[in-house]
Amino acid sequence: MTPDHELAKGRQHEQGEGHEEHAPLTMEGEQAANSRPRVPATRSLPALMFLRNYGIVFAFILVCLLVSLLCQYRVMKGEWAENAFLTPDNFLLILYQISINGILAIGMTFVVISGGIDLSVGSVLAFAGMLAASFATSLTTVTPWSGTYGLAVPILAALLGGVACGALNGWIVSRFRIQPFIATLGMLLVARGGTMALTGGNPISSLSPRLRWFGTGKLASIPIPIVVFAVVFAIAWVVLNRTVFGRYVYAVGGNERSARTSGIRTNQIKIWVYAMSGFLAGMAGIVLTAKTGSGQTNAGSSYELDAIAAAVIGGASLSGGVGKLSGTLFGALIMGVMNNGLDILGVESYYQLIIKGALIVTAVVIDPSRKSADS
Amino acid sequence: MRTIKKHFSGVDALVDGNLELERGDIHALCGGNGAGKSTLLSILMGFLQPEGGEIFINGKPARFANAKEALNAGVAIVQQELSAVPHLTVAENIYLGAEPSRYGLVDFRLLNEQAGKLLKSLGFDLAPTARMDTLSIASQQLVEVAKALSHRNADILVFDEPTSALGEEDSDRLFKAMRDLASAGKGIIFVTHRIAEIFTVANTYTVIKDGARVKSGRVSDITREQLIEAMIGGNAESEFVKANEPGDAALLDVRHLARPPYFADISFTLHEGEVLGIYGLVGSGRTEVLDAIYGLRRNQAGTISMRGKRLKGGSTTEALATGMAYVPEDRKLSGLVASASVGDNLSLSVLRRIQKFGFIRFAKEKQRIAKAIGMMQIKTPTPKNLVQNLSGGNQQKVVLGRCILTEPKVLLLDEPTRGVDVGTKKEIYRFISDFARAGGAVAMVSSELEEILGVSDRILVLRKGRIASVLSRNEATPKKLMMAAV
Repeated sequence: MTPDHELAKGRQHEQGEGHEEHAPLTMEGEQAANSRPRVPATRSLPALMFLRNYGIVFAFILVCLLVSLLCQYRVMKGEWAENAFLTPDNFLLILYQISINGILAIGMTFVVISGGIDLSVGSVLAFAGMLAASFATSLTTVTPWSGTYGLAVPILAALLGGVACGALNGWIVSRFRIQPFIATLGMLLVARGGTMALTGGNPISSLSPRLRWFGTGKLASIPIPIVVFAVVFAIAWVVLNRTVFGRYVYAVGGNERSARTSGIRTNQIKIWVYAMSGFLAGMAGIVLTAKTGSGQTNAGSSYELDAIAAAVIGGASLSGGVGKLSGTLFGALIMGVMNNGLDILGVESYYQLIIKGALIVTAVVIDPSRKSADS
Repeated sequence: MRTIKKHFSGVDALVDGNLELERGDIHALCGGNGAGKSTLLSILMGFLQPEGGEIFINGKPARFANAKEALNAGVAIVQQELSAVPHLTVAENIYLGAEPSRYGLVDFRLLNEQAGKLLKSLGFDLAPTARMDTLSIASQQLVEVAKALSHRNADILVFDEPTSALGEEDSDRLFKAMRDLASAGKGIIFVTHRIAEIFTVANTYTVIKDGARVKSGRVSDITREQLIEAMIGGNAESEFVKANEPGDAALLDVRHLARPPYFADISFTLHEGEVLGIYGLVGSGRTEVLDAIYGLRRNQAGTISMRGKRLKGGSTTEALATGMAYVPEDRKLSGLVASASVGDNLSLSVLRRIQKFGFIRFAKEKQRIAKAIGMMQIKTPTPKNLVQNLSGGNQQKVVLGRCILTEPKVLLLDEPTRGVDVGTKKEIYRFISDFARAGGAVAMVSSELEEILGVSDRILVLRKGRIASVLSRNEATPKKLMMAAV
């Protein structure tokens, strides 16, 4: 054992003792310990509590400030006529740009809180999107069943396809005790292959306008993808924070054995969580297909990484039991603002990647809520 | 140069810590949770810096800036919590960070040879090449001991609750090793919550309370009652609380339960108002039997009935619905959701009953949580406090509180007082007694003889997965239990 390791143990020791001091016994003779309470560690400091709960919001504001300052600099130098970042339209654009990643990240947050990970969402998105396209195209030869059906058919096909992939993930993870990383890595390949097999590797274009509405339409001047994202977020928030199921997701991720001892059917919960992630991937598939106007075999490639990044930046712990949807929302927003801002500033895409990578790691390193959760 | 002295006078946690340890002594350091034991030891180990006071080793003043300095000065600790790396072998774990190497490569032959010699000299029957995760918790604890002793020059050995995971037999083996070390001239500081062990193995003691020494001397000069009195600072009536009377109505009926290779042919009936003790050595199948009754594992054969109704088995949800509740052996591993709050942990089992269309009824939840905190006297600033910030005793009360909220008829308890101080132990005994008196039934596994004898109306002794003996409260003695168990 290294000295550092031992030191860390010592600190735990110290804290443990501190808390015991704070919570003395009820035996009469031990009351004396009450009279000298010690402030246990630092975790009860209000400032830190505040930072822990709202740190992500500050981070978001900070990123916004930084980008707008850089833009303002351009304006001051006379290069730009106006601050292209700070316009209502641009903010709507950012929301539009993050909506698909946002929808995936919501499902991912559930999976991560339950102690798992879902690497297959990008591929499932493509599979579901291709299914939807195949039922809403004027091309009739690309698959045996292709054609323009009623809107319900492509929608249901995509969502069912997504749920099926997700539920299969969940079943494999819980039934065979396979690590989620492996199980969903398998699905990543299977779903991508399935997407290509559907059409023999061809894209499906010439989509019906009604399907395209999901990507290009507007509701009271708000683009539909944003509306879908908002609705999904609201429902997911209620499910996670207000229902028994949501609480069980936290319990399964926090300590599966304890959850089982508490009478929770942990396998069922896991299957539901992965099915939900698949369902949302299906929904994201519809929106992306509608947005781009065609079903593409390479759609959503590596989207799973952005979804994981949003959840993790938002404070979700990959060891399970910890995470918040509001965090994920801001995680997705931060990434969205960065992408958008760097685009506006004309930073080349390779530097964007470098900055994004650094951001993800930095966010987790400085996350104040992480320490207490992992200690 | 025979006397090793340590003087500290810090503040808060430790006002006036004093402890003298002589070569060849096994010195018991006693005190309730929060008395300052850990602080005192942490200073000795170099984890913490004292704000005052002095440490003398072999008459020379010593001060350790960190754990490594303490180790170099000959102070080694046997951790209370297991820190083994599960995928490495016993030998690799013992010499972790100090592997003998040749040309920069680990010399495995020498490593295993050294480890083998060390284990043999300690009388531990363990293969150096066995993988850590194939060993029982007890054996892992022995490896932990061997690891502490692998530091050749260690003169002062600190055993911080080394037996909390051990059964009777393994504890005895450990005590023998401690005695051998003491007679080889080492000084040993021994921390335990089990009073009996102090009288078994220690020859001197120090009691600390509220960060100061209240009593010290030779173990032979003090009685058990006096020691407990000193620790809790008042009159110790009986340690155990027992006010329940077993009735006749059967609650839980277990018939010919079997799950090879762990246990076979387990049959017993649990009556209203009864506390059934289940005693057995580590590996006797006692935990596995409770797991099986509660549905954590499927049984190969046999039936389980609650109030005459047969259970399908293999489902904790079913067990809970029929009125069972389970407090598992290891609260960190399978009892608590450490990342969740006290409140969330308490309400976890009862959520199903306070929901409407899947939505949690928060007013009801709040009320249940408050009820459990009140009933179990859980000390927490708010229910939103993370459960991992509580002391061991309070954590255990949270597990019990979660059980009691489901209004169970049968409580299955596996080592309910492990790692819990004397005061909280008594509260748990009172809880068990009250629960039985109210018409409930309790099946309690424990490896502490006195606890089993003090609390149970009837005792089931398991040996190698079978019922070796059933003793009534009147006929049970420590000797009879041990005889049946080994």
